[in-house]
Amino acid sequence: MKININGSIKEFKGKKITAEELIIQLKLSGKRFAIEKNGEIISKNYFSSISFEDGDKIEIIGAVGGG
Amino acid sequence: MDKNLNKNDDLIIAGRSFQSRLLIGTGKYNNFEETKAAIDASEANIVTVAIRRINLGQSPDEPSLLEFISPNEFTYLPNTAGCFSSDEAIRTLRLARELLDGHNLVKLEVLGDSDTLFPNVVETIDAAKILVKDGFDVMVYTSDDPIIAKKLEDIGCCAIMPLASLIGSGMGILNPWNLEIIIDKANIPVIVDAGVGTASDATIAMELGCDGILMNTAIASAGNPILMASAMRKAIQSGREAFLARRMDKKLYSASPSSPIKGLIK
Repeated sequence: MKININGSIKEFKGKKITAEELIIQLKLSGKRFAIEKNGEIISKNYFSSISFEDGDKIEIIGAVGGG
Repeated sequence: MDKNLNKNDDLIIAGRSFQSRLLIGTGKYNNFEETKAAIDASEANIVTVAIRRINLGQSPDEPSLLEFISPNEFTYLPNTAGCFSSDEAIRTLRLARELLDGHNLVKLEVLGDSDTLFPNVVETIDAAKILVKDGFDVMVYTSDDPIIAKKLEDIGCCAIMPLASLIGSGMGILNPWNLEIIIDKANIPVIVDAGVGTASDATIAMELGCDGILMNTAIASAGNPILMASAMRKAIQSGREAFLARRMDKKLYSASPSSPIKGLIK
């Protein structure tokens, strides 16, 4: 399946991947971030139950230096 | 914190109390160590952060801002820098609230022009209405138009943040009279945001009666940011004390010498 993550298309095996699994694959465990799936914010409480599929558009955001 | 200051002179924003009236941005520094050192020298309590896509190519061992500037030690103020529409700003702040575990004190800014970074006050007003209804405590960046400032207060924003001059320009307090009008009419804190370039600019703003100042470039782009952060801390305390002390009147001239007339040697 192909998922658009932060503007880039990434390929994954299988038909579905949970947010939790995606975080591990992207090596983001332990970091602070928020996820938006197709324009909707996904609460961290649902990371193990929400899945992403082919064609989904995801934004993973964090805090950076700014004024 | 200077012991000579009135202990009850904390800055109160949306029911939250802060000792420091200097709010500081975290952008434009050379590295995180410098950012932390400058913030420490400034003694700021509130730090602004931008909300951006995580760099997925980065090594997991690479440190992030949050590891140097802990959200447990500082009050994070997520901003909407780079947003040019109310929709973008609202989306950004909702993501920021999720990122920071429900923290809802935010800074709203909607820009109208990428050259000047002047705020688009129409989109700002639209975003403010929705964000206030959505439960955010909105500190709002705006022009120095007193009518717009009052409108934003009436909508329910918890602080007005008028520019002194353009973002990153260092031009100082270009229109103290508009700022005075805004301060005079406001029932919520007025925090100058944008345009401060050096310590005297900050003092002038505080002497006018501003409740606080947010700055980033003035410190980060100084030759010695840590020294400038210290200067700004003192400048803001000094301006605040002068304001509370109620300055003498200005006169064109007056026969009012400081030394006695009696006993002059003739």
